[in-house]
Formats: sequence, C-alpha cells, structure tokens
Amino acid sequence: MRTQGVEGRELTEPILRVSGLTMRYGTRHGEVRAVEDVSFDLMPGEVLGLVGESGSGKTSVVLCLMRLLPDNARIAGGKVLFEGQDLLAMDAEEIRSYRWRRISMIFQAAMNSLNPVYRVGDQIMEAIETHAPGLPKDEARQRIGGLFELVGLDPGLTRRYPHEFSGGMRQRAVIAMSLACRPDLVIADEPTTALDVIVQDRILRRLKEIQRELTTSMVYITHDLAVVAEVTDRVGVMYAGKLVEAGSTYEVYNSPIHPYTKALLSVFPSIRGPKGELEILPGEPPNLIDPPGGCRFHPRCPYALEECRREEPPLVERDGHWAACWNPLPLAAGTGLPVGNPGPARDGGPGDGQE
Amino acid sequence: MTTAETTPNRHEQSGIGRPLFRVEGLSKLFPVSRSLFRPPSAFVHAVDDVSFELFQGESFGLVGESGCGKTTIGKLLVKLLEPTRGRILFREGQGTPQDPGNGFTDIASAKGKGLKEFRRRAQMIFQDPYESMNPRRTIYDTVAEPLVVQGIGTAQERLERVERLLDLVGLSPASTMLFRYPHELSGGQRQRVAIARALVIEPAFVVADEPTSMLDVSFGATIMRLMSDLASQLGVSYLYITHDLAVARYMCQRVAVMYLGKIVEVAETEELLSNPLHPYTRALLSAVPSPEPGTQREAVNIIGDLSTAVNPAGRCRFYDRCPLAARQCAEEPHPPMEDHGGGHYVACYLA
Repeated sequence: MRTQGVEGRELTEPILRVSGLTMRYGTRHGEVRAVEDVSFDLMPGEVLGLVGESGSGKTSVVLCLMRLLPDNARIAGGKVLFEGQDLLAMDAEEIRSYRWRRISMIFQAAMNSLNPVYRVGDQIMEAIETHAPGLPKDEARQRIGGLFELVGLDPGLTRRYPHEFSGGMRQRAVIAMSLACRPDLVIADEPTTALDVIVQDRILRRLKEIQRELTTSMVYITHDLAVVAEVTDRVGVMYAGKLVEAGSTYEVYNSPIHPYTKALLSVFPSIRGPKGELEILPGEPPNLIDPPGGCRFHPRCPYALEECRREEPPLVERDGHWAACWNPLPLAAGTGLPVGNPGPARDGGPGDGQE
Repeated sequence: MTTAETTPNRHEQSGIGRPLFRVEGLSKLFPVSRSLFRPPSAFVHAVDDVSFELFQGESFGLVGESGCGKTTIGKLLVKLLEPTRGRILFREGQGTPQDPGNGFTDIASAKGKGLKEFRRRAQMIFQDPYESMNPRRTIYDTVAEPLVVQGIGTAQERLERVERLLDLVGLSPASTMLFRYPHELSGGQRQRVAIARALVIEPAFVVADEPTSMLDVSFGATIMRLMSDLASQLGVSYLYITHDLAVARYMCQRVAVMYLGKIVEVAETEELLSNPLHPYTRALLSAVPSPEPGTQREAVNIIGDLSTAVNPAGRCRFYDRCPLAARQCAEEPHPPMEDHGGGHYVACYLA
C-alpha cells in the first residue's frame, strides 16, 4: 500500500527546503530562463516527484540541488536548504562532503555510467573510499555485498564487469552505488526510462521497498506520469521552468487545479480502465530565452483570461495543494475517489463543466 | 471526437477487410561470427517462423520488449532486410489476373522493377526524428525525395504535392517550412516531416517504428492522433511497432505480442488487454505502471531475464521464464498458434 501524502507523520522540519530557486543558462542567443522561482519542501522519508516534459526544467532543478552545474549555468537566486544549510552558499570543498555521503544521485541512463574496464564491485568500493574514507576494507566489501542483495543482485556478481550485466542489472548496480554511503537524500533522474517495462517494474518495486526500509528521502524526476503515480507521495508539476502545481500525488492526479496538469494527465494513454478519448494539447512549450509574459502557459491554455497575459500568477496554497494559476479549475466533487478505483478519474475530473 | 468515432468502425471492418499482407513462416537469422575464417555456427534467431495477416486499412501493432524482433519484422516487410526463410505475400492494388496467388506477389523474392514498384506502395517511419533526416537537405528535399526516386510528377507538381502533405501533417503554412533544415525544427515537427515523407507517394502500407517514443507525451498524443486521422483519410495500413501497450491501445485495431523472435499472441487490442491468455502477455500487462495513484497491480511473476536468441532450444521460447511451465512445454517443440475464437490466437500449450 502506498501512503497517501504525509498524514500521520509528526510535524517535523523538512530535510530539503528549496525556495525561490532561479537558474539561467548562457547561450549565444541569450539567457535561457530554465528554472524560475521554484520552491518546494521535502519531508524526511518522503518521496517527491518532479514531473514535466523535456525542457520544463526538472533536471536543471536537480543539477542545482547537487551543485553539478555546467559552465554556462548561473544560479540567479534562491536557496536550497538541506537540513538548514544552504547548499548554494557552500564552497566546493563543503559541497563535496555532502555529495554521495548525504545526498546521492541516480542519473538518467545511469547504466551507461559504469566504467567498462573496472569490476562493478570495485567501482562501488571507489565511491565508498572517496566519500567515506576510513571505513575498513572488509567492512566496505561486506557493505557492497549487502547493497547488492538490497537491490536484488547476487552478491557473487560484485567481481563481474559491467558488460556481463544486462541493462536492468547495471541500473540496479548504479542504485546500489547511490546507496553506498547511506545518504539521507537520493535524487533519481529518470532511473528507469531506458528500460523495458518488466525490468522497470522490478526496479521500481525494489526502489520502493528500499526507500521504505531505509526511510531515505527521495526526489524522483520523470516525464512518466504513471511512474510518478506509483512511486511518489507528493508531486510537483513543472512547465517551462516554473513549478505550476504541487500537492499530494493523489490530490493532484484526481483533482488537478492547473489546466496544464489536467492537459498532461489527459494526453497520457493508459492500458487500464475504459478507453477514453485521447486528448491533444495543441502548441509547443515556449522558447525560454524569451518566454511569454504573464503565465508561461497562457498561449496554450484553453482557460486563459486577460489577466493571464499580463501578470505572472503566484503559487498559492489551498489545503496543502499548490497551484500557480489565475483561473484555476474548480475543485470537483470527484476529489474523494476511493483508493484503487480503476476508472479514469480524468473523465470525471474538474473542468469538464467548462468544455 | 472524430478519431474516437471512426476507430470502432474501422475496427469492425478490419475483421472483414481483405488481407494486404500474408506473412508465412518468416524467419530472419543473423550470423554470430566467432572466427574470421570459419563459417558461423551460431545464429541470432531475430524472427523465427512467424506467420500473420495484415488487413487493408488496418493498423496492426507489434509489441514486445527490446530485442524481441519487432523492428526486424518491420524492416523485412519493407524489404530493408532480406528474409532467411518464409514468404511475404503482398497484394498489389486490386490484384491483377496475371499475378500468381490471387493478386499476391512474394516480396521476399522481388527484385528490380517489381521491387521498385513495391517500394512505391510501402514506406517506413523511423523512431528517431533526429537521426532519420539528412541535416544538409531542406524539408522540401527530404519530403520530395520519394517522388524524385520514383520519377513522379514535374518539379511544379512535386512542389504542390509536398506543400499539400506538409499542410496535411499540420506544418503550415507549408511555404514557410519548405526551405528550412531539420535542425530548425523541434522533435515533434521533425516527426511530422517524417510522416509527410512516408505518405507523399500515397503508399498503401507504412511501417511505423516507435514514431512517438522519442517525443514528449503531449507531442506523442498529437502525432498519434495525426497518424490515425491520416490513416482513415488516405486508407493507409500501418504496421505499428511499439514497446508501449498504451500507445498500441490507441493506435492499433489488432496487436501481436512478440517474445524472442516469436509471435506468442494475437488479438483485437481491447480483447488482448482485457483477456490476455499467454503468460508473457499477462506479465507484460501487469508490469505497466498505472497513472491512477493507489492502483494495485498484479505482481509480475515471471522469472529471470530475457533469455538468449542465439541458437535457442527447440522448446517453447518462454519456457525458462514461465510461471506455469509444465513438462509438456519442455519436451515438445515451440507451441503452434491456436485459435481461441474471435481472432484471438495464442501459442501456448496451457492457455
């Protein structure tokens, strides 16, 4: 059973608090406003999804969190507080002491990030030696064996080379590596995107088990709405560098407030439930060198008002559900759908009355 | 609304439409070279003794995991690859009396003029819109190329036809697109160009190899809608290759599930989704994550990783991973396709 949001948890300090994060890329054609005033909290032990299409800025956000910015990137504002410490204000030495030990990352297509000429176990050993020096070798080796078991790989495979692993096995090895220094926060960027569904299913199930077992906090980046629905407690929806909606995954999916979220959900095909109409979302995301004034979604929005063209909507909260929209979709009666309802909530979702 | 209304009609027609392709015992083996001087002793059985029919005006889906042979079948059907064994019978137009086999020609042995004639009727759309276009050629050059190769029309007629197609795929006004280069277009726009190129010579048949998998969901849905609309407008048949069953649900009237070079199940799409009979199909369906938070999915109960397609054992290809496997499955050859009624075929002794 998935947990719904964070209910039942004591009020604690968030492990990660991102506020007003703004990041730009310098290019020949001008500055790309890739991340604009993004704010969110992550509670300990929680899984937060960041979902959006390519170019929406979700990967740029995590690059800021890990401070792994390319040379042409510039943080133009905001704070990233990890247990109260601002990661953006740290010098290179300090941030290095956080990487892997406190915060680790599973990259997109990580299965290709293993070095082909070293044994898989040795590569994890190297990560441990670099980031947790002083741990006795025997203990480290034992830990690697344990990590392999944790991700569902035979510990005997630590002496194998990456080419002897299938794509799914390599991805599991990379997940093991990300957990090697027992981090408090794992950032996963599309960790299963390149994999077939059956392998993806195994890795997602394992990842959920591990997350629950170790109560690791997690930021999970993906474009796949179904994966977000299954893995995350809360979700943030990004569009053109802005966070447009955030809330418990269940709330956001069953009762989207922002028209972009609703559109995104309705263009996502599913194999379950009655076959509904596959909607289309006309237009294309804007050029972020010169994004449209007002709400960045207004040129594609069927509900756009005059106001939307003029002024950028702020992110506003209603009962733990945030949205940045001047003309939000009404909250429908369908909010309280029973868990496991196989019917597509989007057909009876809010906003239908306006069509 | 139009697509939703037209799809069920075509769906019904597909059962009674005439076959456009009849594929019989199709196999494609790729040699695995162990030594430069010895003939290969091992073969990858990419496609292994596959038979199916594809009806006129239908969109027929091939689904399966990477390496199952679905793209190989696509390439064989447009003759980008030569089959090792088997026949690919293609119905030429209305069928001419002098043609053998009731209007069917065997594409597998087609050469020269016959092959060029076939190429005019069959086209392919590739997965990666970034890799499948020559960066130095304009959109006009790219879309007009099949017309030039086939020697169709004058320069003026070609220009008109390319403009009409660009309008049709939603790249309008066409006059502003004609002399752009691929790098000036987004992925979604490039895939539209690829569709225009495939349809410009008015083919009867198009192989679409994962045309939306590189695109974002919102573009993907738009391209899917466009392809179904064009199919009903122009009467094109698709062989639609995808790893995504949800895409197949919206694009295909019938679906074939492949595993290690074999088709293991064929049925009308909704029938396959609601009543999967092969244990592999069941696993594949329950592995697809649900976009409804809180949905409880059935556990995927198959064992191990994809087995090898190099010289596979003669028994059922799925035996090593099958949760149901019985003695019969180990002792007898790979099960034949059996009719379970209503055009639902399964290759499994236990189904």
